[in-house]
Amino acid sequence: MAAITLNVNGKKQTVDVDPKTPMLWVLRDHLNLVGTKFGCGIAQCGACTILLEGSATRACQLQVSAAEGKEITTIEGLSENGDHPVQKAWLEHDVPQCGYCQAGQIMSAVSLLKSNPSPSDADIDNAMNGNICRCGTYVRIKAAIKTAANSND
Amino acid sequence: MTIVKTSIGRRSFLKVSALAGGGLVLGFNSLISCTNKSEVEVLALPKEWFEINGYLKIGDNGVVTIMSPNPEIGQNVKTSMPMLVAEELDVDWKNVIVEQAPLNTDIFTRQLAGGSQSIRMAWKGMRTAGGAARQMLREAAAATWQVPVNEITTEAGVLSHKASGKSAGYGEMASAAAKLEVPKEVTLKEIKDFKIIGTDRKNVDGLNIVTGKPLFGLDYKKEGMLIAMIAHPPAFGMRLKSVDDSQAKAMPGIKDVLTINTYTEDYSRQWCDVDAFSDLVVVVGNTTWEVMNARKALKLEWEAFDTHSKTFSTFWGTSESIKVPGGLENSTKHTQLMAELSTKKGKVVRKDGDPEAAFKKAVKVIERSYTAPFLAHNTMEPMNFFAHVTEDMAELVGPIQTPEFMEKSVAARLGLPLEKVDIQMTRMGGGFGRRLYGHYLVEAAVISQKLKAPIKLIYSREDDMTFGTYRPAYHAKYKAALDENNNLIAFHVNAGGIPESPLFANRFPAGAVANYLAEEWAQESNITVGAFRAPRSNFIAGAEQSFLDEVAEAAGKDPIEFRLELLEKSKSNPIGEKNDYEADRYAGVLKLVREKSNWGTEQSGVHRGVSAYFCHDSYVAHVIDLVMENGKPRVQKVYCAVDCGIVVNPIAATNLIEGGSVDGIGHAMYSGMTFTEGTPDQTNFDKYRLIRHREAPSAIDVHFVKNEMDPTGLGEPPFPPVIAALANAMYKGTGKRVYSQPFVKELETSALKM
Repeated sequence: MAAITLNVNGKKQTVDVDPKTPMLWVLRDHLNLVGTKFGCGIAQCGACTILLEGSATRACQLQVSAAEGKEITTIEGLSENGDHPVQKAWLEHDVPQCGYCQAGQIMSAVSLLKSNPSPSDADIDNAMNGNICRCGTYVRIKAAIKTAANSND
Repeated sequence: MTIVKTSIGRRSFLKVSALAGGGLVLGFNSLISCTNKSEVEVLALPKEWFEINGYLKIGDNGVVTIMSPNPEIGQNVKTSMPMLVAEELDVDWKNVIVEQAPLNTDIFTRQLAGGSQSIRMAWKGMRTAGGAARQMLREAAAATWQVPVNEITTEAGVLSHKASGKSAGYGEMASAAAKLEVPKEVTLKEIKDFKIIGTDRKNVDGLNIVTGKPLFGLDYKKEGMLIAMIAHPPAFGMRLKSVDDSQAKAMPGIKDVLTINTYTEDYSRQWCDVDAFSDLVVVVGNTTWEVMNARKALKLEWEAFDTHSKTFSTFWGTSESIKVPGGLENSTKHTQLMAELSTKKGKVVRKDGDPEAAFKKAVKVIERSYTAPFLAHNTMEPMNFFAHVTEDMAELVGPIQTPEFMEKSVAARLGLPLEKVDIQMTRMGGGFGRRLYGHYLVEAAVISQKLKAPIKLIYSREDDMTFGTYRPAYHAKYKAALDENNNLIAFHVNAGGIPESPLFANRFPAGAVANYLAEEWAQESNITVGAFRAPRSNFIAGAEQSFLDEVAEAAGKDPIEFRLELLEKSKSNPIGEKNDYEADRYAGVLKLVREKSNWGTEQSGVHRGVSAYFCHDSYVAHVIDLVMENGKPRVQKVYCAVDCGIVVNPIAATNLIEGGSVDGIGHAMYSGMTFTEGTPDQTNFDKYRLIRHREAPSAIDVHFVKNEMDPTGLGEPPFPPVIAALANAMYKGTGKRVYSQPFVKELETSALKM
């Protein structure tokens, strides 16, 4: 066990955990931020995607000790009221079916648009390929990412 | 004008309504406290609510809460079902808040997600609930204003009396309305007067989903709650032999290690009590990571079990004994065995004419076999459930498609009366049939009872994928006979599977062929199975529609024209009496997809396939446009025509059809569970392939047949036919027919990795 100070969604918080604990479980079990989802635990599905220093990162493979002092953003920290351009685009296209994977999809999309504000279809496919949607909302996700990209113009 | 008796079809409607006279009688679910408006707007909540009936309550300010009775698995019933109530209540959808109803079979009927039945079963009942409430509000206004009730009109939550110029919002009359008797008859709207049904209404949980609110079972927390995880045998055919938990118990954060028997010998199983492994080792601790680590430190021994049997009560209330054979099974042997069994005579399920004689005089005979592997459901949210069992009460919260049935299971297993079991339904991270089988709920309850503590049971992905309840493995052999004029004169299907047959003997092309023979067989297994999105159809549609494509080609006919000719035959001169499809509606989706896809026009480099199928009372036809990219097929566009009667919520229905199409393409192309000595070869998404962004269609174009038929199923029907549209398009693109799922295995070569 070790006291680790984290910067999550702009807020400094200290947790006392095994330093090897994956960020996913620190968020869900210790910080009560359950928007970040557990899907596979081996970085194959993308449900746990968060932003680490602004880049999409699988929280299930990120040891909490490696995140110390770094800027972490979860779905809860993306906006106050769900009005981040990507969230708005998701609502506009009515993307979710079951909704479980969507937080991870949104975080990957935010990361993509940060580095590539006008992604092509192939760019979207490549950036989003690590995020599985079992309901098959891929067509809508792509449309929403394009809408969000255009809203940044 | 449709007048319905309020008691019809809702056995408990009047019962509720009688209770409703007293105002606030029912406890509303407090699990999800955040309101679920779809846009960034929050309604001003009323000071007081008045419950009109079990389905709705109206606030003094006119805000309406409508209960959504059924489990939400992503099929969007939480939005679409309340739309039915809102339509007949005649309110502005903007003033509606939706809540997940509690499990209450005194009020609601069939609180189950399965069989694409929710809207079908609720169509009359939920509209009647809305209509009855509207009638009570009108009566309250009539009494207050001293005018005849038939002169009172409503619009968007406002009552008006034209002659006197009086008007009032529903909120003003709600208190008086709640005290009235429920009307014996209710007049429902004409279809042309619908203002909500048939219009796009976005997911009521949309904002909560995109902001990461705790909606799912896995997100549920309660003070003092511990985390529990199970260890189960690594292979089907094995059971627990011994446990050494000394090391695990000593690990940080661990409260206990125990063994449980989920379904004891004396327990009488229901149909939904399927589980492969009942003797489980359970690790309980403070946090998920600690429990995961301690589980790795367990030293467990397993042993093979002998052949035995399990007795289940069926969905229909009868009882059946299922043989569970001993032994460790292998997929390679399964494949050989199924091929062997398909050459033997099966059980004849349907026979028309004289197939044997017709095959003898055939000019051309085409014979093909199709197979598909076991599939894991792989809901993105793994199985989990919260349980807090005390001496006289069981509180359960989590994702379950069959709460009504599982309430009975838990009550019987724990020895509690039914009314002492409370199951709260959370939004589910996918269902697809997997959460019809609630062993994990019973496991959670048994663990909590033993431990005397509130616990949340969590399955890891590996637990989830290796616990069974799979889609069965299937095999179908088809044979068709053509005469000298390329007429289909005989058709033979012999289909089976492990452990069940996929056959629907009375579906198309039965009824369209004079000489028809359908046989089936089944081979028992200790690998457990369960319903998977469009059970049996999810295989047989792809096989049948791929085969018909090949028969059409052999007959030198356009594949759509070929099917339409057969449908015309089955309409004008049906063979046999039990043909469970309507030829006109079947033909309707084929014609619509032909028109919308501009079928018959050639585009350079684009390869097309078509397919159509009927299930869950709905008709779906697909055309796939496929392109070859570096030797790999890629679905460019899917055209889909659907006849599901009246479409309640087009935007959600379209989403579900898009998803079902992607799901069908994905599973047929990439997915499969295989076994070596009983052990699953795939345990997580590194080896078990699900379709991903890069492999998904670029566009999906959905069209509905417009009619005024009562709604039919939608969650399942888009899945089965798309598989053949894919196979048929791939044939055009590659020159090779594919017969075994997953198709990538057939397409891959040493030089081409898919």
